[in-house]
Amino acid sequence: MLQKPRYIDLNKCTACGECAEVCPVELDNEYDVGLSNRKAAFKLYAQAIPGAYAIQKTDRAPCSLACPAGLNVQGYVQMVGQGKYEDALKIIMEDLPLPGVLGRICPHGCEDACRRCEVDNPVAIRDLKRLAADQFDPRKIKIECLPPREEKVAIVGSGPAGLSAAYHLARKGILSTIFEALPEAGGMLRVGIPDHRLPREILDREIEIITNLGVEIKVNTPLGPQLTVDDLFKEGHKAVYLAVGAHRGIELGIPGEGAGGVRQGVDFLKELNLSGKTPVGKKVGIIGGGNVAIDVSRSAVRLGAEEVSIIYRRSRAEMPAWEDEIQAAEAEGVKITYLAAPQEVLTQDGKVVGIRCIRMKLGETDSSGRRRPIPIPGSEYDIEIDQLVPAIGQRPDLSAIEDVEGLAFSRWGTADVDPVTYATNREAVFAGGDLQTGPWVAIGAIAAGREAAESIARFLDGRDMAEGREPVTPENPVYRPIPEDNAGKAREKMPELPLKDRKGNFKEVELGYDEDTGKEEAHRCLNCGYCCECFQCVEACIAEAVIHNQKPVEREIEVGSAILCLGTHVFDPAPYEDLYHHESYPNVLTSMEFERFLSATGPTSGHLVRPSDKKEPKRIAWIQCVGSRDTAHCSNDYCSSVCCMYAIKEALIAKEHTGGDFTGTIFNMDIRSHGKGFERYYERAKSEGIRFIRSRVHSITEADDNGTLKIGYVEESGEIYEEEFDIVVLSVGMEPDPSAVELSRKLGVDLNKNNFVNTDDFSPVMTSRPGIYVAGVLQGTKDIPQSVTEASAAACASSVSLAQSRGESTKEKVFPEEKDISGEEPRVGVFVCNCGNNIGGFADVPGIAEYAKTLPNVVNVDENLFTCSQDTQEKIVEVIKEHKLNRIVVAACTPTTHEALFRETLRNAGLNENLFEMANIRNQCTWVHSHNKEEATEKAKDLVRMAVAKSSFLEPISDLMVDIEKSGLIIGGGVAGMTAALSLADQGFPATIVERSDTLGGAARDIKKTWRGNDVHEYLSGLIDRIEQHPIVEVLLNADVTGSSGFVGNFETDILTGGKTRTIKHGVCIIATGANASSPDEYLYGKNPRVTRWHDLEQEPNRIKDARTVVFILCVGSRDDKRPYCSRVCCTSSIGQAVNFKEQNPEINVFILYRDIRTYGEKEALYQEARDMGIIFVRYTIDKKPIVTESDEGLDIRVFDPVLQRELLIKADLLNLATAIEPTGHEDIAGYFKIPIDDDKFFIEAHAKLRPVDFANDGLFVCGMAHYPKPIDESIVQAMAAASKAAIILSQPCIKVSPLVSQVDTEKCIGCGLCAEVCNFVAIIMEEIEGKGFRAKNVPASCKGCGLCASSCPQGAIDMLHFRDRQLLAAVSAVR
Amino acid sequence: MPKSKSDKLSGSVMVVGGGIAGMQSALDLAESGYYVYLLEKSSAIGGVMSQLDKTFPTNDCAM
Repeated sequence: MLQKPRYIDLNKCTACGECAEVCPVELDNEYDVGLSNRKAAFKLYAQAIPGAYAIQKTDRAPCSLACPAGLNVQGYVQMVGQGKYEDALKIIMEDLPLPGVLGRICPHGCEDACRRCEVDNPVAIRDLKRLAADQFDPRKIKIECLPPREEKVAIVGSGPAGLSAAYHLARKGILSTIFEALPEAGGMLRVGIPDHRLPREILDREIEIITNLGVEIKVNTPLGPQLTVDDLFKEGHKAVYLAVGAHRGIELGIPGEGAGGVRQGVDFLKELNLSGKTPVGKKVGIIGGGNVAIDVSRSAVRLGAEEVSIIYRRSRAEMPAWEDEIQAAEAEGVKITYLAAPQEVLTQDGKVVGIRCIRMKLGETDSSGRRRPIPIPGSEYDIEIDQLVPAIGQRPDLSAIEDVEGLAFSRWGTADVDPVTYATNREAVFAGGDLQTGPWVAIGAIAAGREAAESIARFLDGRDMAEGREPVTPENPVYRPIPEDNAGKAREKMPELPLKDRKGNFKEVELGYDEDTGKEEAHRCLNCGYCCECFQCVEACIAEAVIHNQKPVEREIEVGSAILCLGTHVFDPAPYEDLYHHESYPNVLTSMEFERFLSATGPTSGHLVRPSDKKEPKRIAWIQCVGSRDTAHCSNDYCSSVCCMYAIKEALIAKEHTGGDFTGTIFNMDIRSHGKGFERYYERAKSEGIRFIRSRVHSITEADDNGTLKIGYVEESGEIYEEEFDIVVLSVGMEPDPSAVELSRKLGVDLNKNNFVNTDDFSPVMTSRPGIYVAGVLQGTKDIPQSVTEASAAACASSVSLAQSRGESTKEKVFPEEKDISGEEPRVGVFVCNCGNNIGGFADVPGIAEYAKTLPNVVNVDENLFTCSQDTQEKIVEVIKEHKLNRIVVAACTPTTHEALFRETLRNAGLNENLFEMANIRNQCTWVHSHNKEEATEKAKDLVRMAVAKSSFLEPISDLMVDIEKSGLIIGGGVAGMTAALSLADQGFPATIVERSDTLGGAARDIKKTWRGNDVHEYLSGLIDRIEQHPIVEVLLNADVTGSSGFVGNFETDILTGGKTRTIKHGVCIIATGANASSPDEYLYGKNPRVTRWHDLEQEPNRIKDARTVVFILCVGSRDDKRPYCSRVCCTSSIGQAVNFKEQNPEINVFILYRDIRTYGEKEALYQEARDMGIIFVRYTIDKKPIVTESDEGLDIRVFDPVLQRELLIKADLLNLATAIEPTGHEDIAGYFKIPIDDDKFFIEAHAKLRPVDFANDGLFVCGMAHYPKPIDESIVQAMAAASKAAIILSQPCIKVSPLVSQVDTEKCIGCGLCAEVCNFVAIIMEEIEGKGFRAKNVPASCKGCGLCASSCPQGAIDMLHFRDRQLLAAVSAVR
Repeated sequence: MPKSKSDKLSGSVMVVGGGIAGMQSALDLAESGYYVYLLEKSSAIGGVMSQLDKTFPTNDCAM
């Protein structure tokens, strides 16, 4: 596996957020689905675990890669964008000592590479570099240099290569002397570029940067007979860098070139730049197409030439000069003739008077990639000029070095060097710049100088000069996708000196950006590499946690199994753009976007506003099945299983947010509220005024300029309506994440046609590859409880396969030794939580914190954004130690969810976990008093005061440990019970199944096939075989539970079997008592043999063969007043049977009368198949139920068809009813184990989502239909999940029970026995004490800490630990 | 099934994905005596559920 770098040290980061504060890179915040921004240094979300920040960084941006010197372009552009010019210069000057110079004259290859070119124009990178140097004097940048060394180096030539080499050598502590032939330093930068492009003061200023480091420049000191390379060594230089440039103009090679008035371009410019003037003609002809030609032409204009023309042999497209420069020259009056070449200089009296040219045309592409110019015969023409300036190229003047021993030169007259080290063949002699490359860009020479400096330093050290320096270019660089909303932001224009002001002077033409323009321009940068490596975060991080050079780590881990929980990808509604306009209409949101708008941590802090005008929306519509149940816009033929419910939830929450006059409307095909408690939620939504419109939405348009939306829709009856809404929410479905699909394939796990992992109905978490399991949406769309259950089931499967190695790889968590606080005065620490906005938004948290400081015994108060975040836990531990706290109060949310976390934090700080108290200032305060900040604040202070008062009386309480009976009792021998038993037994824990009937199998015995067509009977007999043969599974048939006592790890349950009661000891109990189909008293059931229910008909194939018409009625007894829940399995089961009937007898007519079809998940395909087969679906409503009567031929079934808007009469031979699934009468079990059942008589799990198979009482679990109706695969999953939870207990060496139990003061006790009488748990017994009679005694392991005994004691002899009278009285007395 | 160096089954499990399912699998296994490697591609665990506001049908805070 590859661990990607976080670039932040997890152990050092304190999550202070300073890195994000200074980070200049703004990116879309994926946590808010792009509705807000975050920085490249970021924390995914406020309560994220780990709490440490991370830096998002991919490959180096293309601008940087394109720069010959590899400048960190993105970095300095971002700094300029922030107005941090000094920081920008620091980044630039890491590589380039001449920022203002290159900021003017660099040909900026970076801009050609800029990905902004794909959108509009590149970022004006060069101009931004100049802005930095304009705004901050680069001479003031502190250049870090190593301590000076003794060795001296000679550099020949003070152009960019020489200056760069000197600069980089100086930084390495190596001082150099530069020998310059000309009277001024700067090389081509000085003599090749006229002042109107590069003012000499700028060059002077920046050369000073280098000389300030101690570099000496000797001008007028050419290499030659007076000073040879050997002389330089003799003078004591340890190395020589040759960077003499390319200053010799190339001749045209035509007759007459020697005439007066013919001047090489470079010579023309050299004289001009050194002396400020040079002879210029009235009519100047310039030959060439490069920047020298343009520079000469623009200079000639400035010097007063009347006619200046450039003659270039190719066309404009091939012209090497920069486009901007060409345009400027033209604007200044220079005439450019393309496709013409000089043939002869026309002279008179030895002076040029004209030039003969020939027209050219473009032929084949030559080696330079440009089309070769070919003369057109006979097209010669003459032009009149009095000065001719050839500017067709330069080459190095080798006269001074061609004889140097060991130097070699190419056939182009350039120096041969090692391409990486720039070393020549002669030891200690290096060369670079134009001397080596021929005329090239200054930034290339800068790079060469820097590389030579590195080589020279290594050479002086005697190190390998080449090692580790091979250039690496990323093969498939990963860049930030170009954001769509960033397009069309035009490049800022560079202000220029007006044309009229340019004549007769060499004032700089480009005036430079002002600050605001520069920032705007910098903000056009796309931040291709995410992080720009500006290192601002490094400076900001006090903890020194930022590690920019962190590398990906490849790790190999040894595991016995793997579980894939790769999750879901929320459907992107792009295929619906023409219909729903999500991209183009601001008020069309996806459900995830809407979810973020509802969230307190979302882009609007939970204030629901219409995106177009920020007004509070009053009319919101949800459109269901976007990306689900749809093969027209996408290929998702499945139902996403959750969208109906989340739409209802969003509608209800939105109503809560907006208050009174809100209308929520859900446009749907069916409402699928098939989960536990879902139907009631749906009914509640209806009763609260949420509208459900069964329809197809055919259009969304914008109705006005404010973004109000108009939905056009067709109801079932075919009637067309239009209605306006403020926001339209697209209820987008779920898909497997593409990366998950890729990874699954890589791991050799089979996927189905929808790219979900292929599983079997009977082994729902097993993938095709043994040892790899799957859970969550990657297995198929599902809601949270189902995902959680499946996750536990996968853990169970994994645990079964590895049971023999349990405990082999783990270590126990060790807490620091508990500090003895006896005898210490209370020192209370209070932590007040903002809970994001949840508390801080509705109460004055700083005020509460200030107030807490004034309370007795309080020695420290802190305020946190999220007290539950991981970094805060670490902080609390530190604060406890620092202030020697011995009582802790957290004023935050509810102990139900968070007490355990804080208790662990206390243990980590060496405090007993019971020295802790919570004040619930959220659920019990700000949530209920959100409209009155003042009163909420006062109440929060009251709650804090009470908690502090109580905390002072808290005392340490030691853990209670009890042994565990390592076996399980399973009540119910159906598929769930048997699966649970096997899952325990296969892990080595003996299991006993108690089954009330005389046979195993339960409700599954009636079922032939699962919805996928898997044979249930075959599976069942295999399962029963395994149970019967398992050495540690015992089955008790015809057995009834008659009583149970004990507690987690130590239950004793009485079983009546064969007339005898047997007591079984067990550590855990899994309840799988199942459910049955109910018998209705409607639709002639039980009165007419043609009316059957559930699987009755399936068992009699002959009746199907003979029938002409079969009718199914669904929701018989479900979803009505008596049973206001959906039985979940009926739709799929009935449709499955109907399809089978149709297959057996294609002539048969099948009608399915339904209320909503709830073929959730991939079962939707079965529904589609049924419709394709011609099975007729007729919807009915509960107030217009079908009417069934007997007729001579069979049954008459009348039902109102909402599509046809009329009553249908179906003459049916057979009627099959999908009657409600109701739990078996298990109230007795509920009583024995003291576990709750809901209004529908199903058991109530501890938490609907996060503890779906647990009971609130420890050691007891539920699975199968005893929990809620469900198909076999889901029962199996739940049974495995229950076994997983049970195994957690059974695998412990002993069990820790809550020590918060009753305590009897036998001195005060009078032995009345009232306490023992009221205790429901046999946790107080009466014990005879010699001479004193009976006295009460508590049984800690049985005690639930309910306090009934304490409150019943007339003597006040019983106290509850942690809830002692004095503790509670202290709290109560604190109330004013 | 991969064997460890000691020729016994490994007591470690890899859980790929740190959303609600991955976290639950990891917790169950860790609490029952297995060493768990929980792999998450982003910088924090929590997955899609952490983005939700409240959850049906109890309207509990998803966080």
